[in-house]
Amino acid sequence: MSEEAFDAIIVGAGLAGCTAALVLAQAGADVLVIERGNYAGSKNMTGGRLYAHSLEKLIPGFAKNAPIERLVTKEKISFMTDDTGVTMDYHTVRPDAPVKESYTVLRGKFDQWLAEQAENAGAQFITGIRVDNLLMRDGKVVGVEADGDELEAKVVILADGVTSILGEKLGMVKPRVSAHATAVCVKELIELPKGQLQDRFNITDEEGVAWLFAGNPSNGLMGGGFLYTNESSISLGLVCGLGHIEDSDKTVPQMMEDFKNHPVIKPLIAGGKMTEYSAHVVPEAGINMLPELIRDGVMLTGDAAGLCMNLGFNVRGMDLAIAAGEAAAKAVLKAKESNDFSATGLASYQTLLDESFVMQDMKLYKNAPAFMENPRIFNTYPKMVANIMADMFTVDGTPSEPLRKKIMKRCKEVGYMNLIKDGIKGVQAI
Amino acid sequence: MSDAVNVDVKLGVNKFYVDEEQPHIVIKDHPDMQEFRKLMIACPAGLYKLLDDGSIRFDYAGCLECGTCKILCGDTILEKWEFPRGTFGIEYRYG
Repeated sequence: MSEEAFDAIIVGAGLAGCTAALVLAQAGADVLVIERGNYAGSKNMTGGRLYAHSLEKLIPGFAKNAPIERLVTKEKISFMTDDTGVTMDYHTVRPDAPVKESYTVLRGKFDQWLAEQAENAGAQFITGIRVDNLLMRDGKVVGVEADGDELEAKVVILADGVTSILGEKLGMVKPRVSAHATAVCVKELIELPKGQLQDRFNITDEEGVAWLFAGNPSNGLMGGGFLYTNESSISLGLVCGLGHIEDSDKTVPQMMEDFKNHPVIKPLIAGGKMTEYSAHVVPEAGINMLPELIRDGVMLTGDAAGLCMNLGFNVRGMDLAIAAGEAAAKAVLKAKESNDFSATGLASYQTLLDESFVMQDMKLYKNAPAFMENPRIFNTYPKMVANIMADMFTVDGTPSEPLRKKIMKRCKEVGYMNLIKDGIKGVQAI
Repeated sequence: MSDAVNVDVKLGVNKFYVDEEQPHIVIKDHPDMQEFRKLMIACPAGLYKLLDDGSIRFDYAGCLECGTCKILCGDTILEKWEFPRGTFGIEYRYG
């Protein structure tokens, strides 16, 4: 049977899985991707933004052919209370190199395109089939069982997402990913005519907006809102930490509804047509929740490996998934040279990740998740900023105070010690 | 503030292939209500419901397969949590 075995079977046709398939197929390896959805991307969702660099390295100039939505040239961050918003707005032009670019994307389309690239390179895809179990022999993973069929491979790459049931079955992922380590993301896709969308957001034909919101959207819990402009739709959603969800006096769907009705958001989506409602869990704990990545005959990659970073001002997962998928594929190719697919033979996966931005960035921001657990960031500070603005801009005929006093008053409400403490921690964490 | 959300209307625009034969999530009989309450708050699809007569209802048909209930209550009040069989479940046209 071993003559018929694939070099690699990849479970899951997301970005990590498709990238691994592409790299393996390009090197002439015999690779099969198994996806439970009806097409690559059919089970996947994103907030909306792909940092180009890692895919740009593999497919230079990919954005010219891939179904990207818009090039992000406008960054906004807002601090929100129930009825106010204070916004920072940074508008730039196309960067001088594609590796610095980022695009808004929709996964239903984008993942299909990437799968097609892998298929053209020679990878095989089976869709609509769920992998139920891993085949084991002498403690090694030697293939998969799907729909009653057994398929053998020298290596199985688990790219099956944040709820990696197969990773759990092996004991590589802890059975219950801690609630503190994860958040839930909900998103609505809202269609608007292209011209109207560009007018509302003050952008030209291909330009796009990436907008993050702290405070009110996640009801004061860890998380925040997001808005990304697509070609002719808006991805509007929020992320909410699951660690203290039982303390919330609002349900997650209600948070989303209230966010849509916030005075900052409402006019932007007015008249738009909601065409999809999606949700997914996001791994948020960074390097502290990494599972075992390698065992005999098996590797974990992408969200299944917990590769995701949330720094408040940028949120990354897809660029990490692509780089990790590439690293996993290279490790298989290396193992093939010595025909050793044990954990030792696959060890270069870890080395490649450690040497790349993936683990270096994950390590650099190792304290960010703990910093983000601080409720003041999502509750007290957005209110403080909004109050300072209200004090500055309100004229009602009562005798004025110097600006300095107005600001100090609001800082005092939060507590100087808290401000200093959080300021230092924040600087250290990010 | 806005009106109470109607999640069913939102789910109505999605494309689902419901597996009528095999539910992919099953909750235990008489679940701990404190745990159940977490899911009432967190489930993006609002599938965990407490009815006026105090009984509970769960319907897997509108599941977005996000994994939230598995993470919060997978080892407490869920009897079973798996992905729907191949081809079944939510199909994101945009994602």
